[in-house]
Amino acid sequence: MTGRKTLLAFRTQSALLLLLMLFAGALFAQAIEPLPFKNHTEEVRFQHLTRELRCLVCQNENLADSNADLARDLRREVFEQMQAGKNDAQIKQYLVDRYSDFVLYDPPVKPGTWLLWFGPLLILLAGATVVVITVRKRSRAGAPAESTDSASINEEDDW
Amino acid sequence: MNRLLPFFGFLLLVALLGFGIWWNTQHDQREVPSPLINKPAPAFALPTLDAPDNTVSKASMLGKPYLINVFASWCVACGEEHPVLMSEASQLGVPLVGYNYKDAPDEAKAWLEKHGNPYSLIIVDREGRTAIDFGVYGAPESFLVDSKGVIRYKRIGPLTPAVIEKELKPAIAVLAKEVQP
Amino acid sequence: MIPELGQLALILALLLAMTQSVLPLLGAWRDNRALMAVARPAAAGQAVFVALAFGILTWAFVQFDFSVRYVADNSNLALPWYYRVAAVWGAHEGSLLLWIFILNLWTVALAAFSRHLPEVFVARVLGVLGLVAVGFLAFIIFTSNPFGRLLPMPPDGGDLNPVLQDPGMTFHPPVLYMGYVGFSVAFAFSIAALLGGELELAWVRWARPWTNIAWGFLSAGIVAGSWWAYAELGWGGWWFWDPVENASFMPWLVGAALVHAQAVTEKRGSLRAWTILLSIFAFSLSLLGTFLVRSGVLTSVHAFASDPRRGVFILCFLVIVVGGSLLLYALRAPKVAGGKPFAVVSRETAILIGNLMFTVAAAMVLLGTLFPLIGDALNLGKISVGPPYFGFLFTLLMLPVVLLMPFGPFLRWGKSDSPPLKRVLLRAGIAAVACAIVAAFVTDGQGKAIAGVAAAVWCGFGTLLYVFKRWREMPRGRRYPAEMAGMLLAHFGLGVFLAGVLLTESLSVERDVRLAPGQTENVGGYDFRFDGVHEAAGPNWSADQGVVTVSKHGRKIAVMHPQKRTYTRGQVQTASAIDAGFTRDLYVALGEPMDPKNVEGAWALRLYHKPFVRWIWGGGLLMMLGGFVSAGERRFRASRVDEKATTQAIPAIATQEAHA
Repeated sequence: MTGRKTLLAFRTQSALLLLLMLFAGALFAQAIEPLPFKNHTEEVRFQHLTRELRCLVCQNENLADSNADLARDLRREVFEQMQAGKNDAQIKQYLVDRYSDFVLYDPPVKPGTWLLWFGPLLILLAGATVVVITVRKRSRAGAPAESTDSASINEEDDW
Repeated sequence: MNRLLPFFGFLLLVALLGFGIWWNTQHDQREVPSPLINKPAPAFALPTLDAPDNTVSKASMLGKPYLINVFASWCVACGEEHPVLMSEASQLGVPLVGYNYKDAPDEAKAWLEKHGNPYSLIIVDREGRTAIDFGVYGAPESFLVDSKGVIRYKRIGPLTPAVIEKELKPAIAVLAKEVQP
Repeated sequence: MIPELGQLALILALLLAMTQSVLPLLGAWRDNRALMAVARPAAAGQAVFVALAFGILTWAFVQFDFSVRYVADNSNLALPWYYRVAAVWGAHEGSLLLWIFILNLWTVALAAFSRHLPEVFVARVLGVLGLVAVGFLAFIIFTSNPFGRLLPMPPDGGDLNPVLQDPGMTFHPPVLYMGYVGFSVAFAFSIAALLGGELELAWVRWARPWTNIAWGFLSAGIVAGSWWAYAELGWGGWWFWDPVENASFMPWLVGAALVHAQAVTEKRGSLRAWTILLSIFAFSLSLLGTFLVRSGVLTSVHAFASDPRRGVFILCFLVIVVGGSLLLYALRAPKVAGGKPFAVVSRETAILIGNLMFTVAAAMVLLGTLFPLIGDALNLGKISVGPPYFGFLFTLLMLPVVLLMPFGPFLRWGKSDSPPLKRVLLRAGIAAVACAIVAAFVTDGQGKAIAGVAAAVWCGFGTLLYVFKRWREMPRGRRYPAEMAGMLLAHFGLGVFLAGVLLTESLSVERDVRLAPGQTENVGGYDFRFDGVHEAAGPNWSADQGVVTVSKHGRKIAVMHPQKRTYTRGQVQTASAIDAGFTRDLYVALGEPMDPKNVEGAWALRLYHKPFVRWIWGGGLLMMLGGFVSAGERRFRASRVDEKATTQAIPAIATQEAHA
């Protein structure tokens, strides 16, 4: 019942956990759980999907790795829905409806996450502009003095 | 001006980190707000603890607001919460429904025997299936459901006297007003 | 009594650190040689006292002095001595002491190997390092005293977190901190240069070996952490994009940019302001990592016990150090772009693009790591940012770097002709495509694996092309100067790393299976036969130990012993069994008995076949080696011995600027 211990620790902020480094999940054995998959493709799909979902109890772990009781229940749920022919998007939606976007390690693109998804692009564009301006300025600053002549001068100095 | 840009960026970062420190003194980091607030509670049909053959469903509970409290005998924090429920349950103005979560009925009964029973009704979810529909991810958790079966408020973690005064009672008062006119 | 001496030593170290920072800086400002001369002895004295404190804490662990709270919390009588020593840095207070101890190692090394540098400059560098030490010593003394007492003394202690009881974890923090803290040297050089208004570039040459070594250590530290997570956490993954991992990865990315930018500034005089800014960034991100791990602001796997007071302290320290340096940068950074001009097709441009991508990648990691906090601040709801986000954007951002890298060595400073570049494109391109086609047949058209082979051959073979060129064109003994050799090693390492990552990601097979004794499961062409479970015991744990015999085509390959350990204080910990190989790892983890009565003796087991996983760390270690080797460059040394050379170099560049 290690998962229950996790719940317990979560609620009471057990002294042990606070004193030790908070490897909340890792204090417990890992989740190894043979499920009756139809074939290997399905197993891979399951591994992939549960790895992109976040466990709510051990919040540092994904659903695939967590040994918390709830994680086990949710894995079973995911497994059964897969057997019932639901696709990944439907299964994710099922969990989001109950636990919010927090369960998705892959945050959906929506107005609230525009900064997250497009922020790096903006930074890249700004940076690229600076680079382009710098290179243009410096290449016009004067004819590059060296290197057009034979590579002989002093290869070592080039380093 | 350009040279000051990194400095201003840094100030923004400091503001964010400062906010983070403050925010975490006010909030439990592990609290994930439920998306079910102001949405209809999931349909459920669960046996009661006293009479496993009797089933209580969402439909049978319609018409009156009630407070669901998720508890289990294995849950330490529920033990901490329990005395509060014992003293406050009668003054809430709504029935307190116990939701026995992933527990052995015998152990739950023994636990209630020992600590007292504040619940007017106890439903049992041994498998934790329905709990997933409610978005339960630990115990204790409490849900305030209104007379139309809509979840109006959720508390993650133990109900404390302070939480009951500041959050729960005002929420119940709102429900009471809705019913009267 | 002795632990109080440790505390006293820390207080004395703080006083000396104050001396080391204030007096030499004052001396440098007022041109007072006597004050400047204080720097070295103060640094040495501080190091002695910090080492003393470190030794005393270690001794307390070795002696089971449970009257010290930190010792009682993190060790017990059953813990073997080597883990008691490692327990010194097993939690917040002690790891902070390690941080300071390593800062002192760097400072002393700098004090010792800087005799050839101008005294004013050394005084400033040591002064800045002293300031950093003041901050951290005050932090440990006022918020995180490792010598606090626990009375009455308990008969036995708690335990070192079992996941830390692993050789990988013993080395990971010291090596990682060598990297983190090492960036403080490059930082101090930059600040000293800003303070002195030294627009000449000699300081960059002096800073380079230190930066390269620090970056090498950081690479090694990250590799050790990744390997430990793989082996010890039992998940078989090697990188999780957890906030703590990100905290070490951001300085690494900026450090990689810095190593290149410093080369440009040293040799061509360009990008001066940028190099200074990057030095500040690299160290700031190291400090930010400390903040993220210890303030409890973010949820993470490895977060230390959090305390808002500590968060506030580090934040104030960040404001002073980083805010102060960025203001100084705004005031004093060189205003004019100096240095030799360069054409569009030149090594400078390529390095600039690489720098851009590294920096943006670091910014992306920062944004993703902090976004949950932004979500709270802007009331966007609780959001998780995980591997899918980081993996996707990081791949996109690194694509240009990978594509450009083989050209790097062939590109010439200033201006480059295109024919040699076209030859590289043709040769490395053909090699990459040819290998990709072979890979497509071998792996049954696995996209990621094909991309991995292509990228690895492109980088690896592209780098080898330059090795061949030097071999052909240069006389023996002058072929590979240390700096170049280091660059080639690191670049080749990137190829190895890419092969490892993409092949592991695409070809790994993971199975969770139920096996009764005698049953066999085939994973990735290997037959894993389960031979039952027996009891095993170590110094401070007992375990269920599985026996798994692996064979291929009937030939026995390995007998593996995965364990499920129960430690002294009842913590359960999976200890996986790994059969390492050059082209593949076999990995077995033991789960639980399958049915309560366990008549059959069946257990749940996780079996992995992980092709080329070791190449990931091999690539990282090559990069580390690259950093170390390049620091041995003769030119860096020559500039130390022969001061004339550097002083001569300065007017030469100044003249160049006058032309420009």
